[in-house]
Amino acid sequence: MSYKANFKIWRGDDTSGELHDFIVEVNEGEVVLDIIHRLQATQAPDLAVRWNCKAGKCGSCSAEINGKPRLLCMTRMSVFTEEETVTVTPLRTFPVVRDLVTDVSYNYQKAREVPSFAPPKELGLGEYRMKQQDVERSQEFRKCIECFLCQNTCHVIRDHEENKENFSGPRFLMRVAELEMHPLDTEDRVREAQDEHGLGYCNITKCCTEVCPEHIKITDNALIPMKERVADRKYDPIVWLGNQLFRRGSKR
Amino acid sequence: MVQVQVERFPYDVVVIGAGGAGLRAAIEAREQGKRTAIVSKSLFGKAHTVMAEGGCAASMGNVNAKDNWQVHFRDTMRGGKFLNNWRMAELHAKEAPDRVWELETYGALFDRTKDGKISQRNFGGHTYPRLAHVGDRTGLEMIRTMQQKIVSLQQEDFEEYGDYEAMLKVFPECTVTELIKDNDRIAGAFAYWRDSGKFILFETPAIVLATGGIGKSFKVTSNSWEYTGDGHALALRAGATLINMEFVQFHPTGMVWPPSVKGILVTEGVRGDGGVLKNSTGERFMFGYIPDVFKGQYAETEQEADGWYNDQDNHRRTPDLLPRDEVARAINTEVKEGRGSPHGGVFLDIASRLPAEEIRRRLPSMYHQFKELADVDITAQPMEVGPTCHYVMGGVEVDPDTASSVVPGLFAAGEVAGGMHGSNRLGGNSLSDLIVFGRRAGLGAAQYLDSLDQRPKISESDVDAAAHRAVAPFDWPSEGQAENPYTIHAELQQSMNDLVGIIRKEEEVQQALDKLAELKERARFVAVEGRREFNPGWHLCLDLRNMLLVSECVAKAALMRTESRGGHTRDDYPAMDNRWRNKLLVCSSDEHGTSAEVVEKPQEPMRSDLLELFELAELEKYFTDEELAQHPGRVAQ
Repeated sequence: MSYKANFKIWRGDDTSGELHDFIVEVNEGEVVLDIIHRLQATQAPDLAVRWNCKAGKCGSCSAEINGKPRLLCMTRMSVFTEEETVTVTPLRTFPVVRDLVTDVSYNYQKAREVPSFAPPKELGLGEYRMKQQDVERSQEFRKCIECFLCQNTCHVIRDHEENKENFSGPRFLMRVAELEMHPLDTEDRVREAQDEHGLGYCNITKCCTEVCPEHIKITDNALIPMKERVADRKYDPIVWLGNQLFRRGSKR
Repeated sequence: MVQVQVERFPYDVVVIGAGGAGLRAAIEAREQGKRTAIVSKSLFGKAHTVMAEGGCAASMGNVNAKDNWQVHFRDTMRGGKFLNNWRMAELHAKEAPDRVWELETYGALFDRTKDGKISQRNFGGHTYPRLAHVGDRTGLEMIRTMQQKIVSLQQEDFEEYGDYEAMLKVFPECTVTELIKDNDRIAGAFAYWRDSGKFILFETPAIVLATGGIGKSFKVTSNSWEYTGDGHALALRAGATLINMEFVQFHPTGMVWPPSVKGILVTEGVRGDGGVLKNSTGERFMFGYIPDVFKGQYAETEQEADGWYNDQDNHRRTPDLLPRDEVARAINTEVKEGRGSPHGGVFLDIASRLPAEEIRRRLPSMYHQFKELADVDITAQPMEVGPTCHYVMGGVEVDPDTASSVVPGLFAAGEVAGGMHGSNRLGGNSLSDLIVFGRRAGLGAAQYLDSLDQRPKISESDVDAAAHRAVAPFDWPSEGQAENPYTIHAELQQSMNDLVGIIRKEEEVQQALDKLAELKERARFVAVEGRREFNPGWHLCLDLRNMLLVSECVAKAALMRTESRGGHTRDDYPAMDNRWRNKLLVCSSDEHGTSAEVVEKPQEPMRSDLLELFELAELEKYFTDEELAQHPGRVAQ
C-alpha cells in the first residue's frame, strides 16, 4: 500500500527561499500533513509548519498545495497519483516567517477593527430569546475556523498589498454580516461594511467560497446580502427620502 | 553562542494558555482592573478547546425543568466515582448556568429550543438533557466568543487609552519554559517566541496556568501537539503539587481508520442524539456492561432504551450513555474477545437511527470529518470507533474557591487543574469547568494582587539559568551520540500507550517506569539542527522535558493505586475498593523536575448537606461504614 512520493517544499525566510526536493514514504489514508511530519522526523527536523488539531477544526495548517489554498490536514494523498509531484508552498498573501509558516497578523488587526457585538442593555442573564431559524444565518458564519484561506485567495489583496489598508477581506466582511444578522445585536453595521471595511472592492467572483474548508457560502450568504443592504440604503429613493425626513441614518 | 538578550514585560497577571479557561481567566482579571497578558503556544483562537464538540453542561432546565444544580452535582460525583473534590463539583454545578448565559452577552449563538431558549442535549452520565451546544462545534463557538470578548475589551481600552493593548495583550506563538520565584512566591515567567526564537521575561506576581492536558504523551490520542503537560510540569518545578494523575480518560469513540487519523474524536453527541454501539454480530452490546453501581439507573432492553429519547419520565436511559470509562472498557473487551470491527474498533451506528438530513443538521462536522478523512458516509454506513486518550482528570492541586495552588501567586484552571472530575469526567463538564474555574482563577489572582504589599523581585541568575537551559539542545554532545527528539517522543508515546493505557497491571507499569528512566537519561543528549527561528525540532526538545516528568507522575500514581476506579483500571485489581475512595495521590518534584515523588493523602470529608443529597443505599456502594457513621440514615437506624 505504501509508495515513495516526490515532494517539492518551499523553504526559506522573509529574505529568500526556494523549492527543495524530497522523496518520502506515503501510506494508505495519509494526508499531506502526515508527510510533512514524516519529513520532520526523518529528513528535515527544523522544517517549519504551523498546525494544531490535525482534524480540520482549528484552521492552523493553511498552505498552498500545487498552487491551491488548502488545509494540509484535510488534503488526502489519495487525491494525487503516485507519479505526481506534490508541491507545497506557504500562503502567498501573507509575509513568510519561515518555510511554510506565514505572518497572519493582518487578520488579527482587521478583526480588531470590527466593532464588537452590542448586547441589548435591557436583557439580563438567561433572558435572551431567539428563534433557531433566526440564529442559523449567523451560525453559518460562526462555523469559520479562521484558516484565512479566503483572505489568502481573495484577489483584492492577493497581489495588491496596497489594498490591505482599506479592505478587511472576506473573513471580516463576513464577521460584519454575522453581527448585522445577529437577532439581538443593537448596532447598524451596513454603512461600516462599505466605508470602513471595503465591501465595495469585492466583485463577487466567489473565490473565497470555493476555498472555504467549512463550505460556508461566504459570497452568497454574507457578502451579497450586505451589498444589497448597502444598495438599499444608498440608492433606494424612498429610503433616501425617509432618511432626510426622519433622520433614520443615525443609530437605532 | 547563547544569546541572553531578554525582552521584559511587566504585568499584574499572566495567563498561560489561551483555551477556554485561559481566556475566561484573562477576561476576569482585566475586568477586575488588572493589566493582563495571555501567553499562548498557538495563534489566538486555535486552542484545543475548539476540538470540544458535544456541549457545555449547565443545569439551566430549558429542556427538562426538573434539572437543577443538585442533580448536576450528583451526576458529576457519580461520574467521578465519588473521588471528586466535592466543593469544586458544588461550585461548578451552581455557577455553570450563569457562566453559559454570560457567553450570550458576549455574542455566543447556541442552538435554540422552540421557545427561544438555549437548547440542551443528552450526554453520558447526565440525568437530563443538559448540554448547551452549537451542532457539534460547541468548543469552537466558546473559543470564538471569548476571543471576540477579549477584542471587545481591547476596543474599550483603545477608546480610553488610545492603545488596544494597554490592559490586555495576547502573546501568540510564545512558549513559557520556566516559572521564576522570589523565595516561595511567584515572580515571573521565562518564555521564547516560537517565530523568532527570541527570549522574553514576564515580570508578574500572579500566574494562571491554563495549559490543558497531557495527551501527547500517548500514541493514540484526540489531543493536539500543544498537549504536552507544560502547566503540570511548570507547577511541579515551581513547588506546586499535582493530584489524581493516575486518572486518564480514554474517550470511547475515536476514529480507528485510516491509521493517520486514528484517535481523532467522534463526539459523544452521536450517542446523545440516538447513535448506538454495535459489535461485529450486530448486537447492541452495552446492555451487557451496566456495572453494579449503576444498576437500576439504565434501560435493560432495547425497547426501553429507544423509548427514552422521547419520553424520559417513563423510560430509563440507554447504557450507550454510561460514563465514558465504562463505555471505553466495554469496547476494549468486545474487541479483545473477537467481536470487533475490521479495523479493530466497534461500530457506531447513527445511519439507521435518524434520517440523513437530520444527521447532517445535528452532526455536521462528524459528517464532514468521516466523509473527508475516511470516505465513510455516516448517513448511510456505521462508523468504526475505539478508545482514544482524551483527557487527564489529574492536575494541579488547587483551592476550590480561588483556584490557588500551594505556591503563592500560582493559580490553575481547566484541564491543568485537578480534583473537579474525580476519577472520571463526564462529557460536557469540561467546557463548563473552563468558564466556571477560569473566572474563579482570574478573580483569585486579582484578589491575591490586592493583598500584596510589594511586588516580588526576579533574580538575574534565574533568568540566565532559564536561557541556558532553553538553548541547550543546540549544543551537540561532545562525546557519545546525539538523540533525535522525534525518536524519543515516539518511544514515549508507544510506551505510555501500551503500558499505562486503558488497562494497567503492575509488571507493565513497572516496565513503563524503567523505559521512562531510560528515556530521561537519553533526553539529556537531545540535539537539534538549524536556527532558533520557528524550529519545531527545538520546540519538541523543550516540550519533551515536560512530557517525561508528567508521564512519570501518571505511571507512579498508577502503580500505587491498587484498585480500579474511573479512568484507572488495574487488571490485577479489577474491583473498586472503598478504602481507596478518599485517598488522593499527591505528586511533587524538585525544582529541576529530575524526578517525581508520589505520596498518599486523605481527602477532605464531604459537607453533610451535600452528602445528604444522596440516598444512603447509593453511598454505601462507595463509602466505608466508618465514613457513613454520622449519616442521618444510619443514625436513625
